[in-house]
Amino acid sequence: MTIGNLLRVLAFAILVLLLVNPDLFSGFFGLFARDTQPAIYNQGNLLDITINHLGIVLAATLASTIIAVGLAIIVTRPFGAEFLPLSRSLANVGQTFPPVAVLALAVPMLGFGTAPTLVALFLYGLLPIFENTLTGLTNLPPAVTDAAKGVGMTGWQRLVKIELPLALPVILAGIRLSTVISLATATIGSTVAARTLGEVIIAGLTTGNTAFVLQGGLIVGVLAVLIYDALSALERTLMLRTGQLGRASA
Amino acid sequence: MSLAAAQSATSRPTWLALDKLGVLIALIALAGAALPFALFRANRIVLGEPRSLLDALPSFPAALLIGILLVGFAVALLRLPIIAKLVAGFAVLATLFVVIGWSAGYLTPEGDTFARVSPGAGFWLLVFAFALLVTDALTRLRLAPLARIAILLAVIAAATLLLWSGSWNDLSLLKEYSTRAPAFWAEARTHLALAFGSVAIAAVVGMPLGILCYKVRPVRAAVLNVLNIVQTIPSIALFGLLIAPLAWVAANVPGASAAGISGIGAAPAMVALFAYSLLPIVSNTVVGLLGVPPAAVDAAKGMGMTGRQRMVGIELPLAFPVILTGIRIVLVQNIGLATIAALIGGGGFGVFVFQGIGQTAMDLVLLGAIPTVALAFAAAVVLDALVEMTSRGVRRP
Repeated sequence: MTIGNLLRVLAFAILVLLLVNPDLFSGFFGLFARDTQPAIYNQGNLLDITINHLGIVLAATLASTIIAVGLAIIVTRPFGAEFLPLSRSLANVGQTFPPVAVLALAVPMLGFGTAPTLVALFLYGLLPIFENTLTGLTNLPPAVTDAAKGVGMTGWQRLVKIELPLALPVILAGIRLSTVISLATATIGSTVAARTLGEVIIAGLTTGNTAFVLQGGLIVGVLAVLIYDALSALERTLMLRTGQLGRASA
Repeated sequence: MSLAAAQSATSRPTWLALDKLGVLIALIALAGAALPFALFRANRIVLGEPRSLLDALPSFPAALLIGILLVGFAVALLRLPIIAKLVAGFAVLATLFVVIGWSAGYLTPEGDTFARVSPGAGFWLLVFAFALLVTDALTRLRLAPLARIAILLAVIAAATLLLWSGSWNDLSLLKEYSTRAPAFWAEARTHLALAFGSVAIAAVVGMPLGILCYKVRPVRAAVLNVLNIVQTIPSIALFGLLIAPLAWVAANVPGASAAGISGIGAAPAMVALFAYSLLPIVSNTVVGLLGVPPAAVDAAKGMGMTGRQRMVGIELPLAFPVILTGIRIVLVQNIGLATIAALIGGGGFGVFVFQGIGQTAMDLVLLGAIPTVALAFAAAVVLDALVEMTSRGVRRP
């Protein structure tokens, strides 16, 4: 565990160093570029691009979280129960849409740039969060929900004080999955001119410069691993607090 | 869930004859009827001029479509039997798909080969609304796996008939197709080879690897961690990173380039898709084997079966539905991911998607996207049905 944390801190430090002062690594990346090619991405600041990439992912994931959790709450209330079977099927069907297709089809409505990427990431991020929230809200221990009813809590009180806190770790697992998928998928956004790390990778692909591909890929990969681990740690903490470690998993 | 369902069943007021989902569907469909039904463009890349439902069709089909839409509205809104909703939903969808081809022929001026007609936002919203109706009805019917496959085959047959009859030939989508028909089928073959080939190789490698991980605990953690990290590498980067090593292999390993291995093209795409496929297959094999009831294994031991016999005869068959679920996830995912292969010259339907993005020709994007989504959807339906059939077989005593 401590070795793992040490590696994470080290990875984070190297990542920050690479973003702040990429020239330090030109020797390493130079190994992958041909003699005449630049070793470090030279058509933009890596730090700016990374921050933009993270911003797009954050905005899309926040929006997906609000909508997906809201929808899952609605279909698990008596009012929306009629929509439950359909919403399950839709979540299933939605996953058969490849992200590139979603992205490309959003372009005619929104033009090129960040907007179609945001929409594609938002739509693609909905599914894991929706599914997990649904699992979390429908697999609560009946003893707990019955007890909450028994003490006279209203539907709203039960939702806010009992159901959501208990389902939170599973919901978080969905958000984690969604974030990691979005981090990688956002790179595809650069095919429609969004400013993400995909820009670096695509510049490498079109000029045959492996150093660029490696830089873009490494930054996204390390970010994904670190964010994944951070969110996993948060889930464990929450599960310990609600005393359900080992019950929920996703 | 049972709680919520039970509650809604008892507290639902009897006077409420409107179907809540029907109201939603009707609202979406109303918006669809109000928005432009088709887009007319003087040539391939200029901005489309909207044509409303009434302008886009001659009076007879327009009246027919409106009549069928009204019936569809009524059936969606009222609490009618599920089967009625299913039939109405399919009827409206079939009418929409036939009529849009008709509209294309009507809107295209005689002899004008540059004009393009494509479905407008209204058409897509109407399709979405009634697809919701059909999806909901199919979900509620809880059909047996074979019945689901039969419906899928019927839909495929209907789509083939529609395309074969030539009634869509005036649509922009089909015009994009007709100018590149040979390329379309070549890319289709590449796409299928990439998606199915990578999954097949991953299954052949992943299942033994999964068995190894199941038997040897230290290996399990290491292998699953590595495969987890592979999943976090963005697909376009992984595709790109494989170019250099494969180019090296092609140049330095005798016979490699003769076997079709090269730095760009299908080889790195195949390797990348294979790498992404391993995790779900390996981890589902492990989970499936862990879920085999110990009693079954003990009984097999008691009968004097060897370790190998137990694995092949008892444990793997019992774990099979879970392994198949892993293969389903991977196949659907790879059919979608194979579109990215086009970025590194690997071919597949992605070629049309990226060409279309480059030329801002959305019908070309659709020419790549629609077959991809259709393939992924069909694969999901078939494999879901297979998973259900095999897990039923396992549960039978």
